[in-house]
Amino acid sequence: MSKTGFPAAARVALTDTQMRRNVGKATDTIRTRRAARVAEVPDWEDLRDAGAGIKAHAMATMPEQLEALEASVTRAGGQVHWAGDAQECNAIVAGIVRGHGAREVIKVKSLATDEIGLNDALAAQGIEAFETDLAELINQLGHDTSTHILVPAIHRNRAEIKLLFERTIARGQDLGWEPQALAEAARRHLREKFLSVPVAISGANFGVADTGTICVVESEGNGRMCLTLPQVLITVMGIEKVLPEWRDLEVCLQLLPRSSTGERMNPYTSLWTGVRADDGPQEFHLVLLDNGRTDVLADEVGRQALHCIRCSACLNSCPVYSRVGGHAYESVYPGPIGAILTPQLRGLDKAPTLPYASSLCGACYEVCPVKIDIPSVLLHLRGRVVREYKSKRSAEALAMETVGRVFASQGLYERAQKLARLGHGPIVTAALPGWSSMRGLPEVPEQTFREWWRSRPPGRVSGDGSAP
Amino acid sequence: MRVALFITCFNDTLFPQTGRAVVTLLERLGCEVEFPEAQTCCGQMHVNTGYQERGLALTRRFERVFADADVVVSPSASCVAHLRAHGAGLDGRLVELTEFLIDRLGVEDVGATFPHRVTLHPTCHSLRMMHIGDRPQRLLQHVRGIDLVELEEAAVCCGFGGTFSVKNADTSMAMLSDKLSHLLNSGAEICTAADNSCLLHIGGALRHQRSGVRVMHLAEILAAT
Repeated sequence: MSKTGFPAAARVALTDTQMRRNVGKATDTIRTRRAARVAEVPDWEDLRDAGAGIKAHAMATMPEQLEALEASVTRAGGQVHWAGDAQECNAIVAGIVRGHGAREVIKVKSLATDEIGLNDALAAQGIEAFETDLAELINQLGHDTSTHILVPAIHRNRAEIKLLFERTIARGQDLGWEPQALAEAARRHLREKFLSVPVAISGANFGVADTGTICVVESEGNGRMCLTLPQVLITVMGIEKVLPEWRDLEVCLQLLPRSSTGERMNPYTSLWTGVRADDGPQEFHLVLLDNGRTDVLADEVGRQALHCIRCSACLNSCPVYSRVGGHAYESVYPGPIGAILTPQLRGLDKAPTLPYASSLCGACYEVCPVKIDIPSVLLHLRGRVVREYKSKRSAEALAMETVGRVFASQGLYERAQKLARLGHGPIVTAALPGWSSMRGLPEVPEQTFREWWRSRPPGRVSGDGSAP
Repeated sequence: MRVALFITCFNDTLFPQTGRAVVTLLERLGCEVEFPEAQTCCGQMHVNTGYQERGLALTRRFERVFADADVVVSPSASCVAHLRAHGAGLDGRLVELTEFLIDRLGVEDVGATFPHRVTLHPTCHSLRMMHIGDRPQRLLQHVRGIDLVELEEAAVCCGFGGTFSVKNADTSMAMLSDKLSHLLNSGAEICTAADNSCLLHIGGALRHQRSGVRVMHLAEILAAT
């Protein structure tokens, strides 16, 4: 058993019974709601096909789509920047903020900026970033990290949040137990920031190439505040978020809310195109982030991971995620999608245990709104881990090689079966470690099936009578 | 009908009673069963662990061994799913046991009697890779004397996942714990499935806990008279 990576992190996470209860209950609720909202759409499977087609087309034509997006955004009065990696992206954002003499920024919930560690990079330059998404705020106040793509504080329950708020933003005031009172405390805290901070930073759900329109989807309205009140808006967008055409939103905006929150439509869909005089931010910057995505695109099987629209249905459906929670994945992208995305973005050698963090049960593929075949990508990445990084002399590789040779020959196989009955040999040693401490082992029967078959008296066959 | 049995290495070695039950059942339904003795493993364990070259060599070997069979029946949804997913479905001639009984033989009542309280674990690969739907339930519903009870959260993975159960033993056990609690709540004395791999996992824990509940492959129930 691995002492690092997912197995070790999961072992620690599994001891946190409160987290397991919180995550189990929340994922169960969202899963049920999603199923109901999806069931009422008669052409859901067609929509999934359309979504998969749109994303596949966008990825296949990505260079020209991004150039079109750059041209459209520039035409509409925005400025476009290209960032190859996290460091470059952070420097671009910090440069813009500093250029305006700002010491504070407000943020819309954004996975891309978490991926590149933007808040820490800004802090190092004396710029304080305030998260305005309620769950992101909870994590920021608790010096915690996100555990879910859509519900970053899914591992926290109401009681924990009450105590956290009383300790921090409510400055010792008793808030009571009502969700409304807790939300009100957050609202008072955030309202001050919305009205005073001059620069906002967002991510993007979609960036439409032909119009230059950026789209952010959210539930609270705090994102809308950030996107409309400050004078300067900076959007960090992963390059895979590009959609070729405006009409592609028709499909994506149907798939996303039903799959993510289990709603027919999300409460706030913000769409903006460049800048408009005297209305909203007067300066708009779009930073296009690569940070490993081009490498993912080069892998013909693995590139499906870039189709993700961050709905998190795969997390909520995953029996692994719903038990271990998000921290065990050691990435801002947890769950099944994280298990295929993180190793590709960071390099397989940096996260070789993640492709194995799945029982291959297929629940993720079944719910994915853009039909990412996560189990197949997991298998593909496992193959790459073995081929590219695993030592041929590791215990596992040697056992697999031996068992493989045994299975390739009827004679060796039958001999190994006899050895297994005696409690040793390649079949037994390959299967045992890590198993027997928690589960009983079956006794190897006295007779294999094939031995029984050979021992059958002739003429027993009922069919048309010919001997087998 | 002449039927070639692909027993799978797992059943051949650890669950011979399942193979015997399949033979009994198929012969009772008038099939002539053949057992090509050159068969070994389908390669699923290797492929799913990342050893694709070795695994796919075994998958190709399976295709050669069964190249001349009219129809190949296997009591493992998981192995059949793997074979089909990797181009070894023998042009539709490879079928899982419940598919064979219902789709090819057209029977739901196989003439079985089994007076016990039973619940069905539908297995992930049966449901989501093979899409065998409610075929196991339909077969079980016709068994005389059976008391078939619901399993809560039945479609959720039991946590086996082949080498997942060893590489991620803690997570696997956490998943299994929930499956066991639903299983014990169901009041069943037997948990059945169309695949012995899940049952090895579930049955191992039931035995470990001295629970008084046991596991049994679907074929063994359908063969019982």
